[in-house]
Amino acid sequence: MLAAVVTSRLATLLFLALVIAVVPVLAPSSFYLRVASLVWIFALAALGLTILMGYAGQVSLGHAGFLGIGAYAVAVGPARLGLDPLLSFFLGAALCGLVAYAVGKPILRLKGYYLAIATLGFGLIVALVLHSEAAVTGGPDGIQVARITLFGWRISGATTWYWVTAGALMIGAALALNIAASPSGRTLRALHDSEVAATGVGVDVAARKLAAFVVSAVYAGVAGGLLALMNGFITPETASFMHSIELVAMVIIGGTGSVLGAVVGSAFLTVLPQALTILQEYEQAVLGLLIMVFMIFLPAGIVSSLKRFVLDRAP
Amino acid sequence: MSKTAVRPSALRAGAFAALVAASFMAAPSSVLAADPIKIGSVVSATGPASFLGDPEQKTLKLYVEALNKKGGLMGRPVELVLYDDGGDANKARTFATRLIEDDKVIAMVGGTTTGTTMAMIPVFEDAKVAFISLAGAIEIVEPVRAFVFKTPHTDKTACQKIFEDLKGRKLTKIGMISGTDGFGKSMRAQCLKVIGDYGISVLADESYGPSDADMTPQLNKIKNTAGVQALVNPGFGQGPAIVTRNYAQLGISVPLYQSHGVASKSFIDLAGAAAEGVRLPAPALLIADKLAGTDPQKAVVTEYKKSYESATGQPVSTFGGYAYDGIQILVSAIERAKSVEPQKIRDAVEATKNHVGTTGIYNMSAKDHLGLGTESFRMLEIRKGDWVPLAGVQN
Repeated sequence: MLAAVVTSRLATLLFLALVIAVVPVLAPSSFYLRVASLVWIFALAALGLTILMGYAGQVSLGHAGFLGIGAYAVAVGPARLGLDPLLSFFLGAALCGLVAYAVGKPILRLKGYYLAIATLGFGLIVALVLHSEAAVTGGPDGIQVARITLFGWRISGATTWYWVTAGALMIGAALALNIAASPSGRTLRALHDSEVAATGVGVDVAARKLAAFVVSAVYAGVAGGLLALMNGFITPETASFMHSIELVAMVIIGGTGSVLGAVVGSAFLTVLPQALTILQEYEQAVLGLLIMVFMIFLPAGIVSSLKRFVLDRAP
Repeated sequence: MSKTAVRPSALRAGAFAALVAASFMAAPSSVLAADPIKIGSVVSATGPASFLGDPEQKTLKLYVEALNKKGGLMGRPVELVLYDDGGDANKARTFATRLIEDDKVIAMVGGTTTGTTMAMIPVFEDAKVAFISLAGAIEIVEPVRAFVFKTPHTDKTACQKIFEDLKGRKLTKIGMISGTDGFGKSMRAQCLKVIGDYGISVLADESYGPSDADMTPQLNKIKNTAGVQALVNPGFGQGPAIVTRNYAQLGISVPLYQSHGVASKSFIDLAGAAAEGVRLPAPALLIADKLAGTDPQKAVVTEYKKSYESATGQPVSTFGGYAYDGIQILVSAIERAKSVEPQKIRDAVEATKNHVGTTGIYNMSAKDHLGLGTESFRMLEIRKGDWVPLAGVQN
């Protein structure tokens, strides 16, 4: 019974929905809602990486680049091209998919860690362009993002954004869970376990990897767009290399390949720094120590390790 | 990603217990038992902008410490709630929200970079709490926002200072060579905006990349442009030192003006003998020991330099000076307002008049939330590897 619950897609979504519903009740001020909204946004980006890393077994070290493209799309679209913010948001996500396709197509034919290195370069290039093309992007000082209106209703305020980001995360989580259970998801996991075996049974390895890469890029693009719209201001820091590493760390800490893991990882790296401010100068050292402790005792990530613990003991 | 709270809540409980105990023992003199006045700050003490944020953080902590030793503000202790955004605008915004929603600060001094400042502005505007920024760009206070102020002088003021000096020497036709980095671009644009006010025109307008190693071709072009009477170089980092060296190598005879972007000893070291005779606008803090005894800024600049250097063991920087001016303006505004109500504090900050700071003398108004004039810059000339303040002009 317990085993069935732990592995059930519906149970995962219900649990997530429950957490989303409870947070606003417990939050003493809208500051907590903002932190929670950031958790949902970064969880969405981490979910995309989960599909790439957990399902297909490929690492991207430049995913913040897609976050940046999605974010700057909603800033640059309305400001420089006169586009509707909502349209820019979707165009940004589509652009992420297109760029991922163009970048991934040649690289994913290669084996090994080429994707990691190529994505690393990609992320750096995006950050560089955002920094230097000041006429379009506003340069290192960043750029203002137009407030979004939907059917004449201006989306602003911490509570509104909490529900918007939570809704986006729920949709993203549902899609990711369905991808995992679909034939595509199973082929991805097959090539994750053994590329040779997967090729042997007729899986088009390069095409599958590419599909996973494109999907993960769109997730990051949507997350970036939401971040920019919520903050109303965006700087090239969004696309920085450290941000890419942070996203990968979220996936690994939470549990590679687990949807809830992406959320837990995002919460870990978003909430903990806020909680650790009381430690002053020692905050970063303690954060690093906590990450190490978790990785030593829960090597498969928080959620994946707990899941295995339950499954091993289930009758 | 490191964040610092000067008074962690865990310690706060202990401190409170101690204060309660102290107030029982010495009830009449225990002013510190009163509720603390909370001032917020978000700076980039770590990350790429830490060379700006670190001195700001140290300055703010030192100032509040000293203030509390003197008995605090209106008989109440001051609590500085300080967070480090690591230069990340998104984190800055989160901490700004935390200052308003959770810590309930009555005002804020911070915002190390233009990016973090711009990201935090909506939070303070919405909450109607005064925000004194420590970042450079003019966009922060132009157009004027009701609750946003700033202390660092802008590129525009530096341009005006240079043009004032040029006009004084009756040089009206200049050549300009600017860096294409953020600083050079921004300053060039600001200079071109105000140049008309001084009747000066640009005959040659050249540029160079941030990593260029030789500017001889651009300088040759300017040299061969007939009628150029002076050369102005808005730039930051190594570029201006190379321009200065090339300028000397080419034997260009018209005077060279550098910007406040190279107001540091390293520029003189890099440019060497070529820097002889170069003029540049710089803040008074840079030449604290050379200021005349009658200089209005002498006292404040010397005091800040002394207290900062003795407490940290590090040389004072103009960036820390911005924070010093910011917190002083705020504290004096609270004293004048005799209130900790955010709206009244804002009004008092806006009414700041003749406030002598390390950066300059502030005269704010409803139309000017910076309040610095060209007198905040001193025109210096480099002579024998050192700065010499030019007499006669404002100081």
